[in-house]
Amino acid sequence: MPKARVYVTLKKSVFDPQGRTIHEALRSMGYEGVADVRQGKFFEVDLESMPAERARETVDEIARRVLANPVIESYRVEVEP
Amino acid sequence: MKVGVVVFPGSNCDHDTEHVLRDVCGQDVRLVWHKDGNLGDLDAVVLPGGFAYGDYLRTGAIARFSPVMKAVGEFARAGGPVLGICNGFQILQEAGLLPGAMLRNGGVKFLSQPVHVRVERTDTPVTAGIPAGRVLTMPIAHGEGNFYAEPEELARLEGEGQVVFRYTTKDGRLDPAANVNGSANAIAGVCNAARNVVGLMPHPERAAEPELGSADGRQLFEALVRVLTPVAR
Repeated sequence: MPKARVYVTLKKSVFDPQGRTIHEALRSMGYEGVADVRQGKFFEVDLESMPAERARETVDEIARRVLANPVIESYRVEVEP
Repeated sequence: MKVGVVVFPGSNCDHDTEHVLRDVCGQDVRLVWHKDGNLGDLDAVVLPGGFAYGDYLRTGAIARFSPVMKAVGEFARAGGPVLGICNGFQILQEAGLLPGAMLRNGGVKFLSQPVHVRVERTDTPVTAGIPAGRVLTMPIAHGEGNFYAEPEELARLEGEGQVVFRYTTKDGRLDPAANVNGSANAIAGVCNAARNVVGLMPHPERAAEPELGSADGRQLFEALVRVLTPVAR
């Protein structure tokens, strides 16, 4: 049964106040070497038995329509057969 | 005028909005359940504030797929007036009926406080008849109200006059400190290109009676009533 992973992140051009807050916290904890932090979302989608190509198309559509908002976010889909 | 107030699971300003429209403005109001795919004979639709579907995934992201939103989209495309307040605004953005998207507030915190917004446009159903430049005091209560649009889209919105409300000081001046959530161009409310769909983050229904500290919000509902009520002859 195919498994898909979807990574949703704010576009590079979009300011991420949560990521910045985490970054500032890391600096105050002494992690000087951290240049930047961007927060995102991660989804695991288990699919019923289906060909890998259809699984990819399905999850890609789900990511585009629901999981990501294209105005502010971009996404990446990985499918394991 | 008959107004529908849409109720999603997690809406929490539906009854406040109903109260203002019915008891303060004297209009006929009907609550519309989100599974209702038919708006019937409504003259206007309000999407109230709250946390529809718990705001899981993103604010408004799941609510926009509710059956009622297909009907709201058709109503809007036919020119019907639609007002989205706070979460209702976010739902209209997710549905593609209003431009832009909301990011987490610039200072990360949830903000619950009165703000001042300047009326930038008076050619919408909720600002008609209000003098341009008037400053209204209304509360906000949101964690994601930081308006964002790509620079080109932002320039287009400004050029087309789609910015309806802007966060300002009490005397109507732009000031970074007054733009409490860090919105692009201090945008607090916008309309669509056809100008019949309006969304704003502040809550006019929570500031519609003097007992609540401000009755400024009432002006938006009164504008809607004026626009939709046939002139008596």
